Amino acid sequence: MIPERFLNALLLGGLLGVALLADWRDEPFTITLATRATILAIAATGLNLALGLGGLVSLGHAVFFGLGGYAMGILAFHAQTYAPVELGPLAIEGTTSMPLIWVTAIAVSSLAALVIGLLSLRTSGVYFIMITLAFGQMFFYFAVSWSAYGGEDGLSIYVRNGFPGLNTLDPIQFFSLCFVLLCLVLVLWSRLARSPFGLALNAARQVPARVETVGLDPKRLKLAAFVLSGAITGLAGALFADLNRFVSPSMFSWQLSGELIVLVILGGVARLCGPVAGAMLFVALEHWLGGLTEFWHVWLGAILLLIVLFAKGGLVGLLSGRPASHD
Amino acid sequence: MSAVLVIEQVLNGLQAGVMLFLMAAGLTLIFGVMGLINLAHGSLYMVGAFAAAAVSAATGSFLLGLVSALAAAALAGAVVEMLVIRRLYASDHLDQVLATFALILIFSEGTRWLYGSFPLYLDIPAWLSGPTRLPGGILYPTYRLALIAVGLVVALGLWVLIERTRLGIRIRAGENDREMIAALGVDISRLYTLIFALGAALAGLAGALVGAIQSVQVGMGEPVLILAFVVIVIGGIGSIRGAFVGALLVGLTDTLGGIFLPELFKFFTDPATAQSVGASLASMSIYILMSLVLIWRPTGLFGARA
Repeated sequence: MIPERFLNALLLGGLLGVALLADWRDEPFTITLATRATILAIAATGLNLALGLGGLVSLGHAVFFGLGGYAMGILAFHAQTYAPVELGPLAIEGTTSMPLIWVTAIAVSSLAALVIGLLSLRTSGVYFIMITLAFGQMFFYFAVSWSAYGGEDGLSIYVRNGFPGLNTLDPIQFFSLCFVLLCLVLVLWSRLARSPFGLALNAARQVPARVETVGLDPKRLKLAAFVLSGAITGLAGALFADLNRFVSPSMFSWQLSGELIVLVILGGVARLCGPVAGAMLFVALEHWLGGLTEFWHVWLGAILLLIVLFAKGGLVGLLSGRPASHD
Repeated sequence: MSAVLVIEQVLNGLQAGVMLFLMAAGLTLIFGVMGLINLAHGSLYMVGAFAAAAVSAATGSFLLGLVSALAAAALAGAVVEMLVIRRLYASDHLDQVLATFALILIFSEGTRWLYGSFPLYLDIPAWLSGPTRLPGGILYPTYRLALIAVGLVVALGLWVLIERTRLGIRIRAGENDREMIAALGVDISRLYTLIFALGAALAGLAGALVGAIQSVQVGMGEPVLILAFVVIVIGGIGSIRGAFVGALLVGLTDTLGGIFLPELFKFFTDPATAQSVGASLASMSIYILMSLVLIWRPTGLFGARA
């Protein structure tokens, strides 16, 4: 059995190694796959905050992913057409600067998470799963019918947005940017998990009544976790849109919310690098099984079933041999 | 905007509603008795539709198609329950969501493997095609009237089954206290398989009936599944009565919203904007309805427990 700390280093090192090796062998497609895994890992780490630490099974996290994507799409679209975004009396210039886009994506998705969280946290259990699903569908149908930004067809951006000092069109440079962000998000996650806030949140998940008796409000703790979680997933959405240079309503789809949950569980719920392991495995399976057979989803389904039924604690749990830290 | 149009749309809404009820009844039973979230319920709907399309194409008989839809979906339900679902009753909702999500992948891609990506067609039999003249001189498709009738009959049948039969007593007892009825000598795991198969058969029936007015294709189950979830959440999870009321509410809101919201907005803005704003609000309307209900009553209209 491998200690979890060592396993984490191995996972991140492996991801970086794959990308560097691919760059050396001049295989841009493999770098793109590694970037995809990195971005999905950021999104799933966001979800892991709500799901793993807060115990909030959100089947609507695609909302934040999609909002991040559309924040990028809309700002870059307006920069392309040189027309400012009209928001009533306000007019905001479009931009192609990644930092500005990220700030917007984080702001918009945390605001949405605040509103959705305030409403959804009135319910719990299955009702929470369903109401987050419903919010996801609401945004999905809104995006489908919002013809100003492509409606069902989505929105293409011709040039990847820029980051000061980097050439983002070079695959390895864009990968490095995403990888650094992933590391930052992971540091934030582990700091949070060990902070007083994280401990209180953990307790609120397990026994809300006791948390209340020591004078903390479990709902507010969960709301804070949900907002942070949405913000991180929103950032990932903006990166994902930049990777594909394309946004479409499918970023809001409930299948994507389901896939994010799959990533977290595949890797290991409430484990620091669970989402990283899950995203790497998912992208590898998608690529490898997808090359073997057109019907790779059958095998993905079978693998998922086996993991749920026999490997509690996901991949990281299986390899590190420590029983799941959650519950 | 004429009275005829309004009546037609109300009938369409009713028809959509009773078909949703067939889906939602199984889901809510399965959740109420076994405490299981079954995302794969939409796959059973698809299995029913494919079985009906395949059998009625081979035999030329629509009724045989319906019977085989019921049988295929019930059989698929029973097998899945015994192989997979049974192991999930004690797990938390997260595991259930994931495992049944995996089942969707397997069912959808498996069906695509067998039948390809092209839709199949299921024809309405001659004796149900064509319009019927309703009192007041409105012409309305006979088949859709038949769907409303079938839905109402099934709803009545379910009510009788649950309230008036021995099996119904056991189902209600299983909902309240599974240890106690196991102790009283009821084979609880057979009861669970039976309930799951019953829910699956209802979903398969809905798939076959709706398959005749839409196309039969892979992925047809998921949109209906999500609507059915909205229905049972609005009605209160575990309540058949709630599922019935919720299904009609959702069916009517969805159908009438699509027609009347754009009209409503024409009073405020120019026609083009009204059309687009109205259409996007209409497609969101049932989800807005659901969030309003949950904010007002966090366990649904007829739900008792959280």
